[in-house]
Amino acid sequence: MKYYAEIINEKGTVAVDDTILVKDTVSSAGSHILEGYKPLFSAEAVERLQQKGFDIKGKTHVGEFSLDLVGEFSYYNEYDENESLKGAAAQLVKSGDVKYALGVDMNGSTRRAAALSGVNFLKPTYGTVSRYGIISCAASGEQLGVYANDADSISEIMSVIAGNDKKDGTSLLDTSYTYDTDLDLKGAKVGIVKELLDKACDSVKSEILAYTLSLKAKGVIVEEVSLDFFDTVNTAWQILMCAETCNNVSRYDGVKYGHRSENYRNIDELYVNSRSEGFNFLTKTTILYGSDVLSKTRYADCYDKALRIRRVVAEKMAELFESYDALITPVCSKNEYKAYDIKDAFTKVYEESVFTAIANLIGIPALASSNVQLLGKHFSESTLLSLSKMGERKGE
Amino acid sequence: MAYELVIGLETHVELNTESKIFCSCGGHSSPKEPNDCVCPACSGMPGMLPVMNKRVVELAATAGLMLNCEINRYTTFDKKNYYYPDLPCAYQITQLNHPICVNGLVKVKTAQGERDIRIKQIHMEEDAGKLVHGGNSSFVDFNRTSVPLIEIVTQPDFRSPEEVVTYLGKLKSMFKSTGISECEEGAMRCDVNISVREEGTEEFGVRTEIKNMASFEAIDRAIRYEAQRHMDALEFGTEELVQETRRFDDVTGKTSAMRNKETEADYRYFPDPNLMPIVIDDEWLEEIKKNKPVALDEKAEQYMAAGISDKEIAQLLSEHSAAKLLDDVVALGCNAKDAAAWILTDCAGILRKAGLKLKDLSITAEGLSYLIKMVQSGKLNRGGAKKTLIAVIEDGADPIRYCEENGLTVKVDDSMIEAVIDKAISANPQAVQDYKSGKEKALMAIFGACMKELKGKGDPQSIRATLLSKLKD
Repeated sequence: MKYYAEIINEKGTVAVDDTILVKDTVSSAGSHILEGYKPLFSAEAVERLQQKGFDIKGKTHVGEFSLDLVGEFSYYNEYDENESLKGAAAQLVKSGDVKYALGVDMNGSTRRAAALSGVNFLKPTYGTVSRYGIISCAASGEQLGVYANDADSISEIMSVIAGNDKKDGTSLLDTSYTYDTDLDLKGAKVGIVKELLDKACDSVKSEILAYTLSLKAKGVIVEEVSLDFFDTVNTAWQILMCAETCNNVSRYDGVKYGHRSENYRNIDELYVNSRSEGFNFLTKTTILYGSDVLSKTRYADCYDKALRIRRVVAEKMAELFESYDALITPVCSKNEYKAYDIKDAFTKVYEESVFTAIANLIGIPALASSNVQLLGKHFSESTLLSLSKMGERKGE
Repeated sequence: MAYELVIGLETHVELNTESKIFCSCGGHSSPKEPNDCVCPACSGMPGMLPVMNKRVVELAATAGLMLNCEINRYTTFDKKNYYYPDLPCAYQITQLNHPICVNGLVKVKTAQGERDIRIKQIHMEEDAGKLVHGGNSSFVDFNRTSVPLIEIVTQPDFRSPEEVVTYLGKLKSMFKSTGISECEEGAMRCDVNISVREEGTEEFGVRTEIKNMASFEAIDRAIRYEAQRHMDALEFGTEELVQETRRFDDVTGKTSAMRNKETEADYRYFPDPNLMPIVIDDEWLEEIKKNKPVALDEKAEQYMAAGISDKEIAQLLSEHSAAKLLDDVVALGCNAKDAAAWILTDCAGILRKAGLKLKDLSITAEGLSYLIKMVQSGKLNRGGAKKTLIAVIEDGADPIRYCEENGLTVKVDDSMIEAVIDKAISANPQAVQDYKSGKEKALMAIFGACMKELKGKGDPQSIRATLLSKLKD
């Protein structure tokens, strides 16, 4: 596999996912349908970093619209048959090619890439980082976040990119946030979610347990907590995610920019053929599911119910976070994936999203630190970063 | 058999805002060329997000208040999905579940009497672009994309085409006179829902919808044609009526089916996650109420009481900017009747000569009230004021500066005017003699001599009065 879709500046320290716009640089979200699309403006996060003197090294490959596990289904990049799936941006951070990378967490692919590559990815609280200039799919739950090898580096980037942006109507009004990595968490209480830990393989489990031991050694109270609603949470998010993605990618119709089929006699054929050629199997599946859950006959049972579940889960979690400072879960069930057939992708991603979906559904922050995922209440990034730092081994 | 017509209307009205509904593109009301007023947001490029234009909320709520609606304090946007090349995102942002206004009422008066038309709801939405077909190709123009609209939906309360046309005329003059909409050609479009039932029955007949008509005349003709078609079907069984959407052909004067219920699109509406619900709190609503322009009927009464003529009132009500200028000038202390004459006679005359319309009048209320007050107090004569108005209208001059720089305002004191008058009297003994012996015309020679000496300065009326009193001595 290749890592960069395009190198912009060899000296840069930040890599940027191909779902994030950088002015005048081709931004295709890994999709044939957006082939050659050069945006007229940069994402707000990119703009803010550049203003603070951070240079963008290049655009990294992503799976088409970030719908896959870690980026294995890009139109512009292929994994070899026996290659382990890692994710381009996460690998560049791991290897030290760049110190930081930006990614969009829409359905967990960035967090999984961090886990499988052994780096960190923070999906911040919804509304704290502007979504202006990201190729949007699931607007109600996607957030731009940061890959780095340690908590301090994430904090450094977050301090620059977070804060209100008038160009994004969902951006919260606070103009700045703080990202501490050294909170005193002696006596803090952390819960390990039993039902999710049970879904993980032994090596993931033991990595999580090793981490909790290091927390305990530093005076953090770690308890097992039982929560039975994660499958429902996942289904609810997949419904919303598919519906919103279906709607947002409908603008890619071959009329204005990107791929247009050469084979059409009228406008309907132009639409159908451009889109049939332009989207991969996983995107098409997502569109079909999304279209179905929004249809008149299914809306009340699917989409509307998912919205209700979102509200109930948000309330339950807020209650839970009154007793716990954070929750610990796996990021994915295994610590290695091999290349597989795209026809299996939708189910595979669905199964793995059980760990990641809650953060997208209710907008809470999630920090993937290798195979450990830390979840906290809204705006608890400092707690998550500090907890993560407590597990970092110095000198490594 | 006697039949009764049952009609409900959906009227789209383009709101008069400086920028579009979800982006800051401006100038869309008078674009210079296709795709002139377009940005990445309203042309549907990835990465752009809609940001609500607050002014649209205010105008929509104001329209609702005028139609006696309740204003929903919590209002949300939904996405309506369909593919068409003039719709760059392949969805339209509109309001389905929580429209901004509900439960209004409009009284419509026709020769058959007065009827209450209930307004079901008013919602905000974005307009689509335009397709231009030429040769083998079609071209897309996004200038109109995302222009703010309100859609006013009535209950099926109309019983005749006359009522429909009267109602639309009322909306048009109401919105135009208050500046809510320019209501120019095509800025007001109508969908008509129509059914026919036996007189005296409660149950509705089969309903058809005639889409997208822009002229009152076409709406009137379409309703008459469609009503007759329904009645023929009911009376003579000429055809089976089905619930369907139809279009009206202006040339043939007939309607024809576009699509029926079975093949109707499923728009897959859902709440737009990019736009947070809008909460209109007490403070904001009070502000909207406070700023609400006076509606047509009230305004007409107000002008009438000020002694403005019926003809002038009609002119003012059909041109919002003129009415606004008048109100502002009056607020600055000028007499309403005088001010109306200045605007509708003096200014309008100059505009006409310059090939401009009343709405092009660019003078500020401060500028006009300055001129009116200067004339009233005798510090500027009417000729000078007119000269200034020409300079303002044709060259965009500043009235105060223009008067001063061209020495139009009177700086001479009364004693100097008297001296000039005395001089003119003594220099024209023959004319004085003639005047005193009854030849009133002779006065003009003396008066003219005064004015010549004063080079147009001074108030002619007061000069004339002084001259007359001196001649009596």
